[in-house]
Amino acid sequence: MVTSFVHCSRGLRRSCSIRGAKMPSSYFSELRSAVQNGIRKSAAGCDGGVQSSVEVLVGQGKLWSGNLRCFHSVPSSAVSGLNVLLRPGTVFHSRSDSQLGLKRDYCSGVSPGYGLGIRNSRNCSNFSRGFLGKSRSFSSSGEGESIQYDVVIVGAGPAGLSAAIRLKQMCRGKDSDLSVCVVEKGAEVGAHILSGNVFEPRALDELIPQWKNEEAPINVPVSSDKFWFLTKDRAFSLPCPFDNKGNYVISLSQLVRWLGKKAEELGVEIYPGFAASEVLYDDDTVVGIKTNDMGISKDGTKKETFQQGVALKDFLDKVTREEVMMPDSSSTLQKSEITGRITLLAEGCRGSLSEKLLRKFNLREKGHGQHQTYALGIKEVWEIEEHKHKPGSVIHTLGWPLDNKTYGGSFLYHMNDRQVSLGFVVALNYGNPYLNPYEEFQKLKHHPAIKCLLDGGSVLQYGARTLNEGGFQSIPFPVFPGGAIIGCSAGFLNVPKIKGTHTAMKSGMLAAEAAFSALQEGSSMDMYWDALRKSWIWEELRLARNYRPAFEYGLLPGLGVSAFEHYVFKGRLPFTLKHGKPDHEATDVAKRHPPIEYPRPDGTLSFDVPTSLHRSNTNHDHDQPPHLRLRDPTVPERVNLPEYAGPESRYCPARVYEYVPDEEGKLKLHINAQNCLHCKACDIKDPKQNIEWTVPEGGGGPGYSIM
Amino acid sequence: MKIMVAIKRVVDYAVKIRVKPDKSGVETQNVKMSMNPFCEIALEEALRIKESGLASEVVAVSMGPPQCVDTIRTGLAMGADRGIHVEYPDALYPLSVAKLLKALVEVEKPGLLILGKQAIDDDCNQTGQMLAGLLRWPQGTFASKVIMDKEKQAATVDREVDGGIETLSLDLPAVITTDLRLNQPRYATLPNIMKAKSKVVKKYTPQDLNVEIKADLEVVQVTEPPKRKVGVVLSSVDELIDKLKNEARVI
Repeated sequence: MVTSFVHCSRGLRRSCSIRGAKMPSSYFSELRSAVQNGIRKSAAGCDGGVQSSVEVLVGQGKLWSGNLRCFHSVPSSAVSGLNVLLRPGTVFHSRSDSQLGLKRDYCSGVSPGYGLGIRNSRNCSNFSRGFLGKSRSFSSSGEGESIQYDVVIVGAGPAGLSAAIRLKQMCRGKDSDLSVCVVEKGAEVGAHILSGNVFEPRALDELIPQWKNEEAPINVPVSSDKFWFLTKDRAFSLPCPFDNKGNYVISLSQLVRWLGKKAEELGVEIYPGFAASEVLYDDDTVVGIKTNDMGISKDGTKKETFQQGVALKDFLDKVTREEVMMPDSSSTLQKSEITGRITLLAEGCRGSLSEKLLRKFNLREKGHGQHQTYALGIKEVWEIEEHKHKPGSVIHTLGWPLDNKTYGGSFLYHMNDRQVSLGFVVALNYGNPYLNPYEEFQKLKHHPAIKCLLDGGSVLQYGARTLNEGGFQSIPFPVFPGGAIIGCSAGFLNVPKIKGTHTAMKSGMLAAEAAFSALQEGSSMDMYWDALRKSWIWEELRLARNYRPAFEYGLLPGLGVSAFEHYVFKGRLPFTLKHGKPDHEATDVAKRHPPIEYPRPDGTLSFDVPTSLHRSNTNHDHDQPPHLRLRDPTVPERVNLPEYAGPESRYCPARVYEYVPDEEGKLKLHINAQNCLHCKACDIKDPKQNIEWTVPEGGGGPGYSIM
Repeated sequence: MKIMVAIKRVVDYAVKIRVKPDKSGVETQNVKMSMNPFCEIALEEALRIKESGLASEVVAVSMGPPQCVDTIRTGLAMGADRGIHVEYPDALYPLSVAKLLKALVEVEKPGLLILGKQAIDDDCNQTGQMLAGLLRWPQGTFASKVIMDKEKQAATVDREVDGGIETLSLDLPAVITTDLRLNQPRYATLPNIMKAKSKVVKKYTPQDLNVEIKADLEVVQVTEPPKRKVGVVLSSVDELIDKLKNEARVI
């Protein structure tokens, strides 16, 4: 087995973690688990039939774990090697015997950090050189590998990629370098991106002013803007409240792909297919994220393809090179500064890690205080007949098929190549638990005004995703110790405009600027919050804050207030309306509502869920633990089914949740996690908040390309 | 011993494909592409043989447009040591691929060639067999188990055939094509993907290898399979016979 270290010299980074006298509280648990893991591995391994032994002789310094001569057998297929914890500054020499290769590898050097990973490496001599120079380091802390970057960004969406691009642009401007890594759970960049989308290029003009000459997939300007109120058979034109002059009809998935290419050209490392599943802490500071373990089967045991997750960490601190070289002068080792360690979370609406951090650091209370409200958007891209296609045509509808108490509507945007984006958005604070947003969408397509457009066409792709509707009132304090939350994970969507891409991109850029000065000059990430408040995002969202909450009182009052806001007050009302109940609490009990009978799909305009799901190209490896966790497994049958008639079996646009009768005829919840579109509706809408959406193995999920 | 693995960049298996409006082929623009699953299995087998010490190097070869390099990088991330990219912008049919591989074999001189049994986009199942014919090497196709023997310089291959499993012993050098049950390919881990960036991918063109690409096949038309018709409930046996005779024309 040959594994060699890659050494790339970059900029100012060191790989040394030296602390003062106080040991971090997590150290001993790390130590304990490293020792345990090391021993556990040698017992469980040996399936490859290769036994290697490593002797570590320690000179100066102390060996904290293992004996002075320790032998571990390492399975040949193990990714991580022997892990020995050494105190920083320990001089060591190790020898490894590989029985098969009959080689002796020697490694010596100075251990810089607490973790030391020794691999069966033929190029062991490089190992020591790398630690003392400027390089990226691979270190193991007993539980897996960890790779260090200056900035780790979770999510390759508009916000994440804008932040990455901005960081690299600033590096070029100041002639320095930062290592930036973007992890993305989708199989490729853009695979999990779904949006209307009528794009306002304001943020892109600031980020990449020359986008027009760089083949950006933005080439359909808005040509017409219509606003209809639908009843069952008619469509009434209303005065259009939107002003889309200068905007473009695009596929956001395509734009994000293009942004990804631009980011890679600037030197950003993007890794699709890796899901960030855990936040790594050091005391109470976020130091990075850990990717999912891959290759675990449904019952939790490790398959033969098991690979442990990788920790992506920020550099813990910077120490000058001279201080590292002299391990015996311990006084210089104490001189270390903990400078910026930045993790940016750009997971999109209701991001799983972002929600954890929002709760942990009480960021909602520290921000504008209100909870976030959401809507579920279901979208199809159609290819329609040539003569019906008008590139740039934008239509929004309100009214039918939703009733007066449910906020929502549809959109129809004409892209190019005869393609049309058709979507339906339902606010998730609806009361009737029998409402099925997917079926309402299918109903909508039969409306005469929509049907005439779609007749003769065919569906290319299908997908669904939740979006923020909380606006200004729900913005949390987006900075936490060690990083910040950007994009829709924080929530900057402008609800009356129905646009969130430009604000997400701008928030990414502002966070990048704050991160850059934090890393270079040691300023605080709170600068991001200040920058947000001074930017156009703030003004835009503040002016738009009273539209959506007005609909709490019903459709007509909402329309009335919106009209007033738009034409008269323009956001200058002195008060701010509050949101109603959180979405999950707004679900009413089933006995107060009649069940809704939905018509059967006809196969040309409307479809059943499995057919639509097939068009989303969604897939997950079936043999993995279900990523949708029930906090209390009895709640579905005890509460959801009797009281709310099992709403999850109705609002999920992928038919993940089904109540099927078991052998005794009792209905039991069955979770088809493989269908999941990663929309997060269940995490939001479950009445008792019992369903927790966690991230599945990276690379799974939908495969959007033109959404 | 060197092992050469041929990998193909195809439309990802989970993607719902559709036929182009002009019926000339399948829509591949803006569609996710990845490594052919059988090629992944082939590469995994090569890596296992290398890890057991019976091979020194695994070389991943791919042919096609410049984007094939991404597929080769995935192969390098799984553990291959070197990559070779034969650049050719148009479609390559199995005979041309076999000729190019033969030319590469003369350059690289591997001891074993492992290919996937077929590609999921054309389902040809021809390249491995043609290559073995051109090289005059023994072939073990549809392999569900491969056991290497170093002293005898032979490979014992279990083949999945219609009647069951056939066991062959092949003298090396040989061509093996892999079937589904051979192994479970490994994941490319993040550190390996990073390391793969620095591994070498050599570029060739068909002219460099002195191979003339002749399009000996022409795709005339690609159509979707006919949509299933709705089932009909019949009321009597006479009606059934009448329909079978006159409509379905099977009796």
